[in-house]
Amino acid sequence: MNRHGIRAIYRFEMARTFRTILQSIASPVLSTSLYFIVFGSAIGSRMAAIEGVSYGAFIVPGLMLLSILTESVSNASFGIYLPRFSGTIYEVLSAPLSSLEIVIGYVGAAATKSVLLGLLISVTARLFVSYHILHPLWMIAFLLLTAVTFSLFGFVIGIWANGFEQLQLVPTMIVMPLTFLGGSFYSIRMLPPLWQKVALANPVVYLVSGFRWSFYGTSDVSVGTSLGMTLVFLGLCLVAVRWIFKTGYRLKA
Amino acid sequence: MAAIIQVENLSKRYASGFEALKRVDLTIERGEIFALLGPNGAGKTTLINVICGIVTASEGSVRADGHDIVRDYRAARSAIGLVPQELTTDLFEKVWDTVAFSRGLFGKARNDAHLERVLGALSLLDKKDSKIMTLSGGMKRRVMIAKALAHEPRILFLDEPTAGVDVALRRQMWELVSGLRKEGVTIILTTHYIEEAEAMADRIGVIDHGELVLVDEKDRLLERLGKKELTLELKQPLACIPKELADEPLELAPGGRRLVYTFDAKSDGAGAARFLRRLGEQGIEFTDLNTKERSLEDIFVDLVKS
Ligand SMILES: Nc1ncnc2c1ncn2[C@@H]1O[C@H](COP(=O)(O)OP(=O)(O)O)[C@@H](O)[C@H]1O
Ligand SMILES: [Mg+2]
Repeated sequence: MNRHGIRAIYRFEMARTFRTILQSIASPVLSTSLYFIVFGSAIGSRMAAIEGVSYGAFIVPGLMLLSILTESVSNASFGIYLPRFSGTIYEVLSAPLSSLEIVIGYVGAAATKSVLLGLLISVTARLFVSYHILHPLWMIAFLLLTAVTFSLFGFVIGIWANGFEQLQLVPTMIVMPLTFLGGSFYSIRMLPPLWQKVALANPVVYLVSGFRWSFYGTSDVSVGTSLGMTLVFLGLCLVAVRWIFKTGYRLKA
Repeated sequence: MAAIIQVENLSKRYASGFEALKRVDLTIERGEIFALLGPNGAGKTTLINVICGIVTASEGSVRADGHDIVRDYRAARSAIGLVPQELTTDLFEKVWDTVAFSRGLFGKARNDAHLERVLGALSLLDKKDSKIMTLSGGMKRRVMIAKALAHEPRILFLDEPTAGVDVALRRQMWELVSGLRKEGVTIILTTHYIEEAEAMADRIGVIDHGELVLVDEKDRLLERLGKKELTLELKQPLACIPKELADEPLELAPGGRRLVYTFDAKSDGAGAARFLRRLGEQGIEFTDLNTKERSLEDIFVDLVKS
């Protein structure tokens, strides 16, 4: 195990975050605060409570997840795309590092940032609404699992992308809409029956549902299903990463 | 001397179908300076990138410091430092940080004394807290060398180290290379400047169109192929070489006004004197003559042409 190598990548990636602290921390916190002001306080005060939870509190897990998903994907994809773009990837490829070690370095750093950001947002949310967390350990577990899974997904995107436009494409055109439609701001039980079925094809539904359950004990689908679906997605990302390193796809000629 | 790098039957076909290396066999001895000489597109960078793990070989095998570069990649890569052809650095990083990063990446524990020594040897110590983007091109190149030396490699690859570099830096690079050789580091450099190979290398390999055409000690190469040319500017053009002189190593330039006689640089010149006598007997007069030692450049051009 090349521990020094993993640490080098991890620290390099974390340093990049703190160099761009406005973009990577301040801007997601600001946009989440705006969501709370608009949906939580202004509109939320006129909304009925959902399953006994006030609307402002109801959207806290969804909003955390929205930031965690988009930030995981964009951080991890950017982290590996940048050295590919600039050419500095040569050094990582020529270093005595296994593919697993490279992934731990890049994905570990991206997931760390997402978890920190998620916690920061949960603290920020406290300023706007009061909420409690019923199963804090499960909350942390879902948070970690989601951050790692979507950072892996971002890593795959960062290797696939052949330009900054493609890099932006997936977070804004896929992750963001799926999260909005995945029940971040509503319970899918509020949808007409047909749309409830359609919504179940959206993987984010399972994430939001499980995560919200860890807060309030209510969920759209069973917790076991949420956990299972998240693990399936994690497994798919792992398979993709393994395939990338095995074939050298877009990394090695 | 024992081999430190062994390349066997190495071929590389890129996804485009282009065959950049064709069954290359090459042995590098421990502690030598080896120059890989070849025109642009010959396959020099491809060969280096395969050995360093950046490009996957299509066929064949490489051992570095006794370890197979695929099966035992950790041990093989730990022994190698690479300075790539292109200037690729993280512009926003500080010099010290990027060099420390390289050391860590290669699995070595932090060692500030070593990094200071490396930066000092490259006259970069006073720049250690500067961001790379504020440095000149020559300094950036030295930063890349410092990164390659950060993990104390036993083998150093320099891919076109002096391309686009000014005279002073080129001199400094040569000094650095000979200093490293004294410490026992094996150095493989690529270049398409013959003078550079001539000035630095112990052995030279010539590569062209993916094939290693020749490998020899520099001195032997110069000796073996080192010829002198005697060029005569003729008073009257010749239509062809007279048959009385057909046994001489002669070449008539197009136009018939210039005659080139080739002879061994190490000979006493008796052959040339006899040739001039025979020329006089044929009544061939000339207005000017000069002799010139054939450089590696001429050898190189010959090899690549044939
Ligand atoms: N990734 C690649 N895909 C296809 N062809 C390539 C690739 N990289 C290099 N080549 C080709 O392989 C040949 C050798 O390139 P290279 O090893 O860079 O030569 P050199 O370093 O001697 O100039 C060139 O013709 C180049 O165009
Ligand atoms: Mg090259």
